[in-house]
Amino acid sequence: MSDATATPAAPTHGIGAILRHAQYVIGENKVTGFAFGLFLLIVLAALIGPYIVPHDPLASNTSAALQGPSAKYWFGTDQLGRDVFSRVIVATRLDFAIAIFSVALVFLMGGLAGVAAGFFGGWTDRIVSRIADTIMAFPLFVLAMGIVAALGNTVENIILATAIVNFPLYARIARAEANVRREAGFVQAARLSGNGEFRILLGHILPNIMPIMVVQMSLTMGYAILNAAGLSFIGLGVRPPTPEWGIMVAEGAAFMVSGEWWIAFFPGLALMLAVFCFNLLGDGLRDIIDPQRRT
Amino acid sequence: MTAAIPNAPAEVPLLDVRDLTVEFSTRRGAVQAVKHVDVTVGKGETVAIVGESGSGKSVTSYAVMRILDRAGRIADGTITFGGVDVGKAGEREMRDLRGREISMIFQNPRAALNPIRKVGHQIEDVLRQHAQAGSDDSKAKAIAILEQVRIARPDERYHAFPFELSGGMCQRVVIALALACRPQLLIADEPTTGLDVTTQKTVMDLVVELTRQRGMSTILITHDLGLAAAYCDRVVVMEKGRVVETANSHAIFSAPNHPYTRKLVRATPRLGVTLSDLLPEEEGVARKASRASNGANGANGAGHASSDEQPLLVVEGLVKEYPRKDTGGGSLKSLFKRNGAATAPEGPPPVFRAVDGISFSVRRGESVGLVGESGCGKSTTSTMVMRLIDKTGGQILFDGEDIGAIPARQFARLPLRKRIQMVFQDPTESLNPRFTAVRAIADPILRMGESMSAKAVRARCEELATQVGLPLEFLDRFPHQLSGGQKARVGIARAIALKPDLVILDEPTAALDVSVQAVVLNLLQDLKEQLGMSYLFVSHDLNVVRLLCDRVIVMQAGRIVEEGPTEKVLGAPAAAYTRELLSAIPHPPL
Repeated sequence: MSDATATPAAPTHGIGAILRHAQYVIGENKVTGFAFGLFLLIVLAALIGPYIVPHDPLASNTSAALQGPSAKYWFGTDQLGRDVFSRVIVATRLDFAIAIFSVALVFLMGGLAGVAAGFFGGWTDRIVSRIADTIMAFPLFVLAMGIVAALGNTVENIILATAIVNFPLYARIARAEANVRREAGFVQAARLSGNGEFRILLGHILPNIMPIMVVQMSLTMGYAILNAAGLSFIGLGVRPPTPEWGIMVAEGAAFMVSGEWWIAFFPGLALMLAVFCFNLLGDGLRDIIDPQRRT
Repeated sequence: MTAAIPNAPAEVPLLDVRDLTVEFSTRRGAVQAVKHVDVTVGKGETVAIVGESGSGKSVTSYAVMRILDRAGRIADGTITFGGVDVGKAGEREMRDLRGREISMIFQNPRAALNPIRKVGHQIEDVLRQHAQAGSDDSKAKAIAILEQVRIARPDERYHAFPFELSGGMCQRVVIALALACRPQLLIADEPTTGLDVTTQKTVMDLVVELTRQRGMSTILITHDLGLAAAYCDRVVVMEKGRVVETANSHAIFSAPNHPYTRKLVRATPRLGVTLSDLLPEEEGVARKASRASNGANGANGAGHASSDEQPLLVVEGLVKEYPRKDTGGGSLKSLFKRNGAATAPEGPPPVFRAVDGISFSVRRGESVGLVGESGCGKSTTSTMVMRLIDKTGGQILFDGEDIGAIPARQFARLPLRKRIQMVFQDPTESLNPRFTAVRAIADPILRMGESMSAKAVRARCEELATQVGLPLEFLDRFPHQLSGGQKARVGIARAIALKPDLVILDEPTAALDVSVQAVVLNLLQDLKEQLGMSYLFVSHDLNVVRLLCDRVIVMQAGRIVEEGPTEKVLGAPAAAYTRELLSAIPHPPL
C-alpha cells in the first residue's frame, strides 16, 4: 500500500516499550533519574525499614540521652535516649502511607467529581464547582486542623483532612481537562460505537487525562507529607511516642537552642528530601506516561 | 542534483538557495529534513514549492527566514537574498530582513493575529517597527492598507478584533500585515488551506495581483498542485526533502518528467477523470478492469432494486436553530442605555437557523454528496442525521422509522445505532490517543456486536484491517505511531465494523495528502460496492464529490439551492451559486 511507509519494525507497545521509554527519560534527564533513585529509597525504607534499623525506635535509654551523631548512633539520640536514625527510618512508613492514601482518596473524590463536572456540565458542574469554591475559601491548613480537631486525632482523619483540602485542585484540573475533550472527535466516535455517557467518561475521557492527574498526584504527595507532618508538629496528628517526622521535629525544636541540633535536623532533612523527590518525580512521570512523547 | 531550470532569470536572482541541507537533532540522531535543495526566485517571479506532508517544503522556507526551531540548523549550503548571505547574517540583520524585505503568510490566519488586539493596531505596530510610519500618520496608513486588501469599510474594520472577522477576512488582514512594509519577497505557506474555494480564489487573486503590481516575488508553498500551477510561473516539486523537478507551470501538468510528479499529477482530482485514474498507472489499470467487471453486474442489480424500494433515508423539512450568539453585545449596550429593556420590542428570542427546512432522500446503495461552503449547514445536517445532536423541527426517517424523534443521548444505546455510522474529517482527532488501532476498531464490536470471545473480536478486526488495506502489524500501534492514511483506514474500519446501512463521510480526505486521498477514495468506492452501503458524503471539494457521488445536493445558508445527478449539477449547473463554486476551483493551465 502506498501509504504504508516503512517504519522501524521494533515493537512499539507493551510493557517492554514502556520500560525502555522510562529508561530513556531517566537517562536523558539526570534530575529525574535522581528523583527516581530517591523514590526507590523511600519505598524501600517504608517497606523494610522497621526490620533493619539498628535500634528499637521506641526503646528509651536515659543513660545515652542527648548524644550527638556517632558511630553507634548515626543521627545521635534524643532526650529519652532513643536512636534518631532508627526513628527517622521507621517513620517513613507512616508518613508515606498517609501520603499515598490521602492522594488516592482525593483522586477518587476530586478527580472523578471533576471529570463528571467537565463532561456533563449543567448541575453536576455547578455543584462540584461550588463545593470546590467553598473549600478554597478557607486557609487550607487551618481547614485541615479544624477537620482533625473535630473528628478526632487519628491517622484516618489526617488522611481524610489532607484529601479534602486538596479536593479543589483535583476537581478543577480534571474538570478543565474533561471539558476540552467533551466534544472531541474520538468522543463523538465513541458515541457512534454505542458507548453510553458513563462509559465514555470512564473508558475514553478518564484515561486521556490520567497523565496530568498522575503528575498532580506526585506533586500533592509532597504536600500531603508536609501536611501530615505539620498537623503532627502542632500536636493535632499522630501522638507520641510513635515515630513520625513532624512530631520529631516538634520535639527536637526545643533542643535546638541548647545545641542538640540533630534531633530536629535529621527528621526535617528526611521530610525535605521526600517532598523534593515527589515534586521532581512529577515532571519525570509526565514524560514517561504521555504516549505522544513515546516516539 | 541540479535540475535544468527552464526560464531561469537572466539577472542575479533575488533569492538564491544553493545546496541547502537542514538537519534536525532528534532522539535518534540528526535527521535531514531538507537535502541539497536548490531554489532560485527571480525579481517579480512567482514560484510554487509543492509537496506532500513531510516533503520539507515548509522547512525550506523557514530556513530562508531563519526561523527554524531550536532543534533545526542549516547544515550545509548557502542562502543568498539580495546579496546578503542569510546563513551568516547576524540576528539583528535578520530581524531587519524579516518583515521589511521578506515577509510570510501562515496557514492559520487566526493564529497569526494577536487575538486581543484590534487589527488596525496590529498593522500600525508593524509599520512603526520598521519605521514606515510615525505616530501621526500610522492610522491613516493602516486604513489605506486595509483598503488595498479589499476589506470593505476599512475605517470600521480598523477597530475590529480578529475573532469578529471571518477566516477569509483574517487572511486578508494577515496579507495586509505581510505587505505593509512593501517587502521584496513574500512567502505564503499554505495560505488558503482551510478556506472555502470561493474565498481561496479571492485571496489568491489578491495576492497575485498585489505582488504583481509592486513587482514583488512570491514563494507559494502548497500541497495543491492545481493551485500552484494556476497561480505560479514556476513549480518546484519536492519529495522527502529533495527537489525532484523544477518546471514551468504549463509543463508540469502536460509533461511531468519525474515519476513522483507524474504520481502527484495523476492523484490530483480534476475534470474528466475517474477514481481509478487517480492511482499510479499500473494499480489504476488493474483496479479499473476489476471494477468494470464487478460494476456491470453490481450497478445493474443495485439500480433495479433501488428504484422500487422505499429510500433508506428520507429527510423532510429538517430545521436546526441555535440561540443567536451576538445578542450578548446587544444586551450589554442596552444595559448602559437607560430604559433600554423597556423600549425593546417584545418577541421571541432571536435564533439563528443553521439548517432551514431541507428535504432530501438517500436510496440504498447510493452515494449522495452534500456540498457547500463552511457555515452552510452541511455538517449540522449530517450530525443531525447521525443523531449526535437533536433537531429543532422536521423529520428524519431511516428505513421508515422516525429516528429524529429519539433524543440523541438515548440513541447511542439503541440497536439502530450500528446501522448509521460515520467517518470523521480529522482521522487524528477522531481516534482516542490512548487506544491502539485494534482497540479502536473493536470498540463498536464490543459495545454493539454479538458477544464473542476476545479471540473472535481480534480475528474480526484483522479481517476488517485487511479489508481496508491496513497491514496487520499496525494494529497494535497507537494513533501517533500511524501515518495520516493509516489513521484514516482505522477510522473507516471502525465505521464499517458492524456493516452499517448508511455511512456519513464528513470530508474524510480533507486532512490527507492527495496521493493518500486517491487511495482512500478508491477504498471507499470498493467498500461501497462490496458491502452495499449508502454514503452521505459531506464535502466542500467539488472535484472529489464528482468522483464518488451519484447525486449532489448543493447547500447555501441552510437551504438546498440545487439537487440532481452529479453530471448534471456539476456539468450544467442551474443555480448561480453552483456556478460560482465551480468557477472558483483553480484550473491549472493545460
